[in-house]
Amino acid sequence: MRPPADRARSERQRRLADLEAALAGVLPAGALLLADEALVPYECDGLTAYRQRPLAVAIPEDEAQVGELLRICHRLGVPIVPRGAGTGLSGGALPHPQGLSLSLAKLDRILSIDAAAGTATVEAGVRNLAVSEAAAAHGFFYAPDPSSQIACTLGGNVAENSGGVHCLKYGLTLHNVLRVRGFTASGEPVEFGGLGLDAAGLDLLALVVGSEGMLAVITEVTVKLVPLPPLARCVIASFTDVATAGGAVAAIVAAGLVPAGLELMDRRMTAAAEAFVHAGYDLQAAAILLCECDGLPPEVDEQIERVRAVLAARGATRIEVSRDEAERLRFWSGRKNAFPAAGGISPDYLCMDSTIPRRCLAEMLVLIEAMERKFALECVNVFHAGDGNLHPLILFDAADPEQLRRAEAFGAEILETSVRLGGTISGEHGIGVEKLNSMCVQFSAAERAQFALVKEAFDPQQRLNPGKVIPTLARCAEYGRLHVHRGQLPHADLPRF
Amino acid sequence: MTTTQTADAPLARLVDAVRAAAADHERLELRGGGTKAFYGETPRGRPLDTGPLAGIVSHEPSELVVTVRAGTPLAELEAALAERGQYLPFEPPRFAPGGTVGGMVASGLSGPARAASGSVRDHLLGATILDGRAGIQRFGGRVIKNVAGFDVARLFAGSWGTLGVLLEVSLKVLGSPVASETCLLDVDEERARALLAGWRARPWPLTASAWHADRLSLRFAGARAAVDAAVAAVAACGGRRLEPDAALRWWTSLRDQTLPFFRLDAAALAAGEALWRLSVPPTAALAEQGGVRLFEWGGALLWRRGPAEAATIRAAAAAAGGHATLVRAADKRCGAQAPLLPAIAAIHRRLKQAFDPHGIFDPGRLHPGG
Ligand SMILES: Cc1cc2nc3c(=O)[nH]c(=O)nc-3n(C[C@H](O)[C@H](O)[C@H](O)COP(=O)(O)OP(=O)(O)OC[C@H]3O[C@@H](n4cnc5c(N)ncnc54)[C@H](O)[C@@H]3O)c2cc1C
Repeated sequence: MRPPADRARSERQRRLADLEAALAGVLPAGALLLADEALVPYECDGLTAYRQRPLAVAIPEDEAQVGELLRICHRLGVPIVPRGAGTGLSGGALPHPQGLSLSLAKLDRILSIDAAAGTATVEAGVRNLAVSEAAAAHGFFYAPDPSSQIACTLGGNVAENSGGVHCLKYGLTLHNVLRVRGFTASGEPVEFGGLGLDAAGLDLLALVVGSEGMLAVITEVTVKLVPLPPLARCVIASFTDVATAGGAVAAIVAAGLVPAGLELMDRRMTAAAEAFVHAGYDLQAAAILLCECDGLPPEVDEQIERVRAVLAARGATRIEVSRDEAERLRFWSGRKNAFPAAGGISPDYLCMDSTIPRRCLAEMLVLIEAMERKFALECVNVFHAGDGNLHPLILFDAADPEQLRRAEAFGAEILETSVRLGGTISGEHGIGVEKLNSMCVQFSAAERAQFALVKEAFDPQQRLNPGKVIPTLARCAEYGRLHVHRGQLPHADLPRF
Repeated sequence: MTTTQTADAPLARLVDAVRAAAADHERLELRGGGTKAFYGETPRGRPLDTGPLAGIVSHEPSELVVTVRAGTPLAELEAALAERGQYLPFEPPRFAPGGTVGGMVASGLSGPARAASGSVRDHLLGATILDGRAGIQRFGGRVIKNVAGFDVARLFAGSWGTLGVLLEVSLKVLGSPVASETCLLDVDEERARALLAGWRARPWPLTASAWHADRLSLRFAGARAAVDAAVAAVAACGGRRLEPDAALRWWTSLRDQTLPFFRLDAAALAAGEALWRLSVPPTAALAEQGGVRLFEWGGALLWRRGPAEAATIRAAAAAAGGHATLVRAADKRCGAQAPLLPAIAAIHRRLKQAFDPHGIFDPGRLHPGG
């Protein structure tokens, strides 16, 4: 008898050989990576704490190759993990040990910009910022702007329903995508949505957006473009405590104002960002708010005055308004670089991503402070405040396994608190593998079973990104033994199936 | 047969009715106000009235979110929002008095503002549903950003009662715009489309546009300064202002389809007239140019009235990347909705099976034969 490790290795060799033989002639030379050292960069996405070597990586160059490859893998029973730029923060693109990581990065052509219709059609591997850059000449931009926009792909954006600073006014990816083309797991070509504003039948596009690579492989996306506002100005307001800043956010929205961005950073985040980019932030403030107004010049002036009045009434101690474009960009530079800046003050950090009702912002901030003491770890806060979407960054040192454990427990408590306050465990980064446990907290067994059936409706053989997003019953049972925090069920008095 | 124990009698009634129908494999027609029964395939099955499950559960004006039970009259919701200076930005068509919030979501239909403000689906944040096993589940939530799990709530928008009973929904609402003005231009269809295409990149607060009978109407709403700037620019192209009362009547007649153009009486239907709805790119050069026409949504929604060959209309819409729905006709045997490609139809069948394994929720309402 050979030892199990040997058997596993030779099994892997056999699968690899089969795959290589089957894909020969489908992919161009160099588009199938098999060697260990070539696979290393694909072992993780932006959630680097989780790593897994895939069986192989394929980097097709066009839609036809993707379809052919999927049909072959389907026949061979090889799981597929779609991958864009690998900037995801929840492990959605974490490889499958027996699976093929399918990179769409080389499908990077902008197919058309239709200025008369106000749309752009691009391949899935096109970078988010590249769409806005190409649209600018026609007077448009693509509104959803994740901070990772220089790197992340449209396919990844659709798969995660990504957000950004501009989403408060212009909507999330979901609201800006008209049509998605791609393939089912078995390699059948499919289209969701259409070039009009709706499609026949059920709204499958709504399911595919945010499906984290589990329902279809996306090869092409048609997005809505938004007219470039002639003017944008940014207001920075300082507050002497975070709770007051949180209250000001709710007051701005309650006043009927819809800023083009409304972001909050607490003192430590502001200090880290300032050290990183020298934006000129107020380092005395307990929190700063960034509020952008855009539109026609008289409209912007009108809005700025209203924002200023609300901020002053809500206890802002200092208010600055950008005077020109250079200053506006400088105001934003620290916020846009918040994540790398956090990397500058701590060896590692966990980025949380829950959403809560805006009116609970102040309460949540106080609760997080208490958790810092409980877990003996520091947490800095940067929020898409206008949307109630929090990004607490829990600082820790991964070299100390005990710290990692505490950081994860801290994160889980933030998520559970968010659910309890009427919010959700993920606003924009997705579930991936990172938040599988927290899915047990937000959803009942019946709801999770329904997700599994939706997955099966698109992918009956469970080949596309298996193991992500939907926790198994056993996993939730195990997690439940450790944490009994399930929030109040809706209609808890009713029998559940 | 077990009876559901809950103090919530209207809810218990629905759960029991679905459980009984599942046991007997009996087909149910989910019914709010019945105001959209004319739309799509003819509803079939024993009517299950959602009306008693009514009431606004919560409305936090500062959150811009409202949570409502499905049987709540749409008029009641709109009145409650208006009292706080808010409204439903997607302007759901009402067709007739008596419609419910559940029907509004299940039909997935949006009004004149759709191209600018988004659809009912876009504003649906979460839903509690009763599936075909009589199980209650909640998807989405009450917050704007939420990517936990598949977006099942939004799948229910436009599902026409074929997946399950909507029990409660949370919707994003907006504050009513400070200013609103409507402008008219006398232009033919081609010119109207060309003007709109030329203006697509303008940062104007254009919240609705429509063309019919050689008249293009444009509604600008938002900040006073922005509205004034847009109105001035359109005036320079020959546009004239429409009085606010007349403007409101005009947009409402489009929204609720009370305009005679949309109303096909028995004689018209008997004469073979039909009302088609073509959802197409706003710039589509359609191969089919017949009938009396009206477009909305910057050109992305074309209504065509007159006798027509279904195959010709469907082919023209599909070639442009869109689809065509037969809304009013004496004979809908060609199918009210455009047929689906096989791969998409297979996904539909499996989704139907997932939510409604016993096939009790009017399986033919979307496509004949389910
Ligand atoms: C510094 C930094 C800042 C960030 N800021 C933001 C932010 O502001 N807002 C925000 O929402 N996110 C943010 N993110 C997260 C991340 O950038 C987004 O989730 C992004 O959309 C992922 O795109 P990607 O191309 O890198 O996808 P990947 O990470 O490669 O994949 C993400 C998921 O999508 C699937 N996928 C990718 N491409 C396809 C395809 N073509 N077809 C089917 N499935 C596919 C994968 O399987 C995986 O599940 C940030 C990340 C970093 C590192």
